[in-house]
Amino acid sequence: MYRNQYDSDITTFSPSGRIHQVEYAMEAVKQGGAAVALKSKQYAVLVSLKRSSSELGSYQKKIFVVDDHVGIAISGLTADARMLCNYMRNECANYNYVYENQMRVERLVTKVADKHQVHTQRYGRRPYGVGLLVAGFDQLGAHIYQTCPSGNFYDYKSISIGSRSQSAKTYLEKHFESFEESSLEQLIIHGLRALRETIPNTDDGLNSKNVSIGIVGENQKFKIIEDEAAQQYLNLLENEEPVEMQTN
Amino acid sequence: MSSVGSGYDLYVSTYSPDGKLFQVEYANKAVENSGTLVAIKTKDGVVIGIEKLVPSKMLCHGSNRRIHHIDTHIGVGVSGFLADARQLITRARSEAKQYRQVYGQPIPIKVLSQRIASYNHVHTLYGSVRPFGCSIAISGIDQYGPQLYMIEPSGSCIGYFGSSLGKGKQAAKNELEKVKFSEITTREAIKEVARIIYSVHDEVKDKDFELELGWISNETNGVHQLVPKDIFDEAEAYAKQALEEANM
Amino acid sequence: MSFEHINFPVFGQVDYFGKQSQQQLQPQQQYTPSHGGKKNTLDPIVTGTSIIAIKYDKGVVMGSDMLLSYGSLARFNSIQRMTKFGGNTIIGASGEYSDFQSITTTLNELVTDDHCMDDGSRLSPEEIWNYLARILYNQRNKGNPLWNTCVVIGYQGGKSFLGKVDLVGTCFKEDIVTCGYGSHIALPLLRKARDDNPNMNLEQAKKLIEDCLRVLFYRDARSSKKIQIAVAGEQGIDISGPIELETYNWNSGEAAVKNFSQV
Repeated sequence: MYRNQYDSDITTFSPSGRIHQVEYAMEAVKQGGAAVALKSKQYAVLVSLKRSSSELGSYQKKIFVVDDHVGIAISGLTADARMLCNYMRNECANYNYVYENQMRVERLVTKVADKHQVHTQRYGRRPYGVGLLVAGFDQLGAHIYQTCPSGNFYDYKSISIGSRSQSAKTYLEKHFESFEESSLEQLIIHGLRALRETIPNTDDGLNSKNVSIGIVGENQKFKIIEDEAAQQYLNLLENEEPVEMQTN
Repeated sequence: MSSVGSGYDLYVSTYSPDGKLFQVEYANKAVENSGTLVAIKTKDGVVIGIEKLVPSKMLCHGSNRRIHHIDTHIGVGVSGFLADARQLITRARSEAKQYRQVYGQPIPIKVLSQRIASYNHVHTLYGSVRPFGCSIAISGIDQYGPQLYMIEPSGSCIGYFGSSLGKGKQAAKNELEKVKFSEITTREAIKEVARIIYSVHDEVKDKDFELELGWISNETNGVHQLVPKDIFDEAEAYAKQALEEANM
Repeated sequence: MSFEHINFPVFGQVDYFGKQSQQQLQPQQQYTPSHGGKKNTLDPIVTGTSIIAIKYDKGVVMGSDMLLSYGSLARFNSIQRMTKFGGNTIIGASGEYSDFQSITTTLNELVTDDHCMDDGSRLSPEEIWNYLARILYNQRNKGNPLWNTCVVIGYQGGKSFLGKVDLVGTCFKEDIVTCGYGSHIALPLLRKARDDNPNMNLEQAKKLIEDCLRVLFYRDARSSKKIQIAVAGEQGIDISGPIELETYNWNSGEAAVKNFSQV
């Protein structure tokens, strides 16, 4: 049953210096629906694929508002994500009370990451089984961060997590150099295209029910675009190559 | 490692029959898998350089920093798990802060190093926690002049003139032994550190890496900082040139 | 007098190290005689007087004297009452000087934390001001206020900042800020000068502050003529060395005094 004898406890290093329990937690992130994040100079965009457990059920929320200037997309255990989201909201509110200003995104992400780390070092805990894509805008510009159950976090230009996210990553790697000067609309289209790559051909594909978009930027509070509001962007995608990707 | 797999290596609270604590050794393994760190102490300062491996080209430049400030007069370099190291850094910052509150003056580097070493050490005493998967180099200037200490997962704390950690530890050590620590200036040491890191970098196994340099000296007025761009560029150019000459 | 209410531990009856003893010993604490509630700072002891500050066209100027009074005694006559925090902010304080020193320690920790972050952004004067306001308000809610009125000036990213926080946590931003005696005497003068010349330059602002401090020296018995002027502007922040104010030349009376003593 066990892959090896070193993988059952969070407090056990393997002889090669790895912690298997943490690595397994990272696997949990790959079970969740895909989420894509990308940024230009002015905007950070999250695009994610919602899932529903049955025809009768609603779609599981994937993007959460943290503060006016920060939002997250999640992949993995939703319940864990809600806890972390709550923590982040609290941190932002506290910072806002103390400094009457918005918290720097990196400082926020560092705090969440430190919270993750504590769960990787003590017996009796389990690591959080969720990966977060944090999109935010502060005085240092637009940011995309990815957090891991290991307590690591990464400052990306664009990235994707979740199931079959490798295909989205391949798309992003091909195009990410043009994102910096892109308009908001172009960013969203790129995000949707990357997300489309993660869907198996047998599925219905992207539609206004299963797509969720989060945007934030200079003079743009974090906003979730879903349902009918998302349709206009999907239409652009339907007609394929409607917006010529100018890389002015 | 003869006792690997014998069951004596699962918890840090268990000795093997020949008196080893395997979990601590495995934690050291985590450090050895990480990018190389090189540090040199000179007459009037300390330089720390790190080979930061970059897993994705979509990462922003300068993310996942491995050199951090603890107080104005202290900086650390990290090799191993970054998430674990951040925990030590947080601890070190609060120790430094507390010392200032009590004694009204900056904490001596030796005192800080020993306190952090103790913190590491208590994580080798109980089965309910795991040791930190990182080693750190603490550099700074205090009333006793420039100081450089290395702290390992075992809780050892040793002062050095020059030291190295991580993948290229041994190769870097061979290079370091040629350095004349009592003659070299801090500026020259920056170049030397850059050269060593470029020379031990394994082009085949790890493709991309970013050089990170931190220093503290009389020139920085006893304040620890990342090496400013002009000096950094000069050092990097010198390192690249030295590498080319060596390859010819 | 009876000591019946005090329980002396009897050798052999008390288990000093076991858990039980803790439970037994606890009730004893209740018998320790107490003298009513806890007493907090109810009045300041060593105090500084007014701080005054005004915005000019490209920054802010703040001025204060260097006297610390012990009641009505002019106790220390060369103490700086304004402190730099980071590279963009200066705070001046009137009121209890030891409380201000404590505030200084706290804020310096904040600045050190900011240095450690090293993420390319620095705390703005406004953030430091708000943090300070939270400290003072929090202490006041504990019924143990830090007995200061603080004036915060700063300049960052082309914007000048001028704000005030007092011992009850009241905080606001203004173009002219005064405290203590300055609110009675200097404030009207500063307002008039600003109405007359809304875009005053640095030199004019400095002169104005100096003039106001001179008037304060004449009228406020807890002030001195040894002053400092702090500037936050495009060139960064700076606190000038001590300046001895030019005051009325009493030499004309000197002769009379001499004559008097010769009589």
